[in-house]
Amino acid sequence: MTKKARRQSPLLPKALTGIQGLDEITGGGLPSGRPTLVCGGAGSGKTLFGVEFLVRGATQYNEPGVFISFEETIPDLMKNAASLGFDLEQLVADKKLFIDHVHISRNEIAETGEYDLEGLFIRIADAVKRVGAKRVVLDTLEVLFGEFANPGILRGEIRRLFSWLKQKGLTTVVTAERDRPDKLTRNGIEEFVSDCVIVLDHRTREEISTRRLRVVKYRGSTHGTNEYPFLIDDHGISVLPISSLSLDHAAPTGRISTGIDRLDGMMGGKGFFRGSSILMSGTAGTGKTTVAAHVVDAACRRGERCLYFAFEESPRQIVRNVRSIGIDLEPWLRKGLLQFHAARPTYAGIEEVLLVTHKHIGSFKPSVVVVDPITNLLTVSTMNEVRSMLTRLVDFLKTQEITAVFASLTSVGGYLEANEADISSLMDTWLLLKAIEVGGERNRALYVLKSRGMEHSNQIREFVLTPQGLKLLDVYLGPEGVLTGSARISQEGREKAAGTSRQQQLEGRGRELDRKREIFEARMTMLRAEFQVEEETIQRTIAESRLLNDELLQDRGQMKRSREADASVYKNGKTAPPNGKTAPAARAT
Amino acid sequence: MAATTKAKGPQARAKKPPVPKVWKLRLYVAGQTPKSIRAFANLEVLCEQHLKGRYQIEVIDLLEHPEMARGDQIIALPTLVIKLPQAVRQIIGDLSNTDRVLVGMALQPLV
Repeated sequence: MTKKARRQSPLLPKALTGIQGLDEITGGGLPSGRPTLVCGGAGSGKTLFGVEFLVRGATQYNEPGVFISFEETIPDLMKNAASLGFDLEQLVADKKLFIDHVHISRNEIAETGEYDLEGLFIRIADAVKRVGAKRVVLDTLEVLFGEFANPGILRGEIRRLFSWLKQKGLTTVVTAERDRPDKLTRNGIEEFVSDCVIVLDHRTREEISTRRLRVVKYRGSTHGTNEYPFLIDDHGISVLPISSLSLDHAAPTGRISTGIDRLDGMMGGKGFFRGSSILMSGTAGTGKTTVAAHVVDAACRRGERCLYFAFEESPRQIVRNVRSIGIDLEPWLRKGLLQFHAARPTYAGIEEVLLVTHKHIGSFKPSVVVVDPITNLLTVSTMNEVRSMLTRLVDFLKTQEITAVFASLTSVGGYLEANEADISSLMDTWLLLKAIEVGGERNRALYVLKSRGMEHSNQIREFVLTPQGLKLLDVYLGPEGVLTGSARISQEGREKAAGTSRQQQLEGRGRELDRKREIFEARMTMLRAEFQVEEETIQRTIAESRLLNDELLQDRGQMKRSREADASVYKNGKTAPPNGKTAPAARAT
Repeated sequence: MAATTKAKGPQARAKKPPVPKVWKLRLYVAGQTPKSIRAFANLEVLCEQHLKGRYQIEVIDLLEHPEMARGDQIIALPTLVIKLPQAVRQIIGDLSNTDRVLVGMALQPLV
């Protein structure tokens, strides 16, 4: 028997129940080889607890079981179990389960002297022997108190029964009715079962019922003492423990895009951390669903699976609405990358809603989860409960390294940052979407209020919803902060106008320069022309004076020749003077 | 079921032809405990007084035939079950309170 027990002290072997979540709370299951009392009011799930304990034992831990039913008949029991997904008939046929219906009715018996309950002992012993049972469920033993007139005999016999069960090493679940809050069981049978007591509760608060489970007592073992909500659905019981009593989940460093470039830009250019929790709060109509749709779209584009819990809108409505801003989720739905789960939380208690959430996450294994909006959960519960449930959900998602986006609706007029303070401490990144009302209009803006572990923008950014999706606009600061809408446009206009005039000035200067250059060049041409004229005149003068000079020389030569003053030169040389005016010389000869 | 029972019906006197009707009684016990011995003795006396010659007693020891306990919904021991004439009532205990046994067997008015 000990081999099934897990991480228990050697002194106290435990038997895993296989009931989802219960083994975590009890640190490994029920005390092995000992009786456990499960008590609760009518309809609190006691019988199912017993049935599941046996079914799991038989199917998962190879521990056959015996079900002694004091209330329901065997066909009824089988029918009820089948509706919860357990095929008792098959287990009985496989000799892994033995069901005995003990029927007794006060008006069908006459007590005529001393008796004992040996008959019951024999029946249980026979059943145990038939299937080699390790587990026994007695549901509900207390019925006997109503049927036998002598409680003294009965108490003695029940005491004997429990010591017999212990001696046989049978892990037993005894159910008992709890009809008064100050007493565990109607007939005080807890006095016989001293090892482990579990109380099931089914209470209704504001028309919404929740089931809860509490381990009241577990001798020789530590156990969670809180009340844990549990759910009964077509897979049996699931108890939702606080999934991590210690904060030891991994911290992935990978980043994922938000699907909005400039929003990524606001968070160090890379987007969210993978596996982080993002709170997106804002008043009505600020675009929370739109941002969520972007995140989903981006994740699906990367081929990751997304789970979208819609507590307000129907999936089709969301798909239609985001299509108007250019996001088509339809293909992702068809490919099976995206799954919607839409339900009003009011259909059940908050625990049930979150248990369902857990279950869907467990089966779909998404890498991104969107809960839109978490504030709707408040309609079914108190802030306190919502926070505790969200803590559990966030912890669970973190251990699974699932990125989670929680949309939260803030009431108009409330102080945006304070309203969410209760849960914001659980979140790694907080995007605040708000409407800025100024100048008779309402514009949308968002900012990153916090984002753990990364640099992020401190700017309040206006954004618009375009047919191509959400677009973050440039930041325009005015004297009263960020300018949005028309104010931004007029600021843009003003800046444009200023720019234009600067441009014009610049162009004007350029033209002036050109003009000056032209003038300068014109002057240059004129000067050059004047110069040319002057030059020509001077040249001419020079030429003329040279000519004059030559002629003068010639004349002087002629004069010489004519005077024969230097005849030899001209007689022998025959060379004419450079001016080539030989004629006169020749003429002279 | 009757095939597996161990009928140690006492005296063969009981096997007289059924005049009005034969009472078939089945006494469940678990071994030879003082209670079961007492019950059998009490039953025999009672039958001799009120049903002389018109009864059969079948004693079933559940230690030997545990599976038989389920058929007659036996919890307490000893238990007397009246198989004929058919009765839904079980008479439990060592049958020491004769009046109650007679009421249980619906024989009281006859006396």
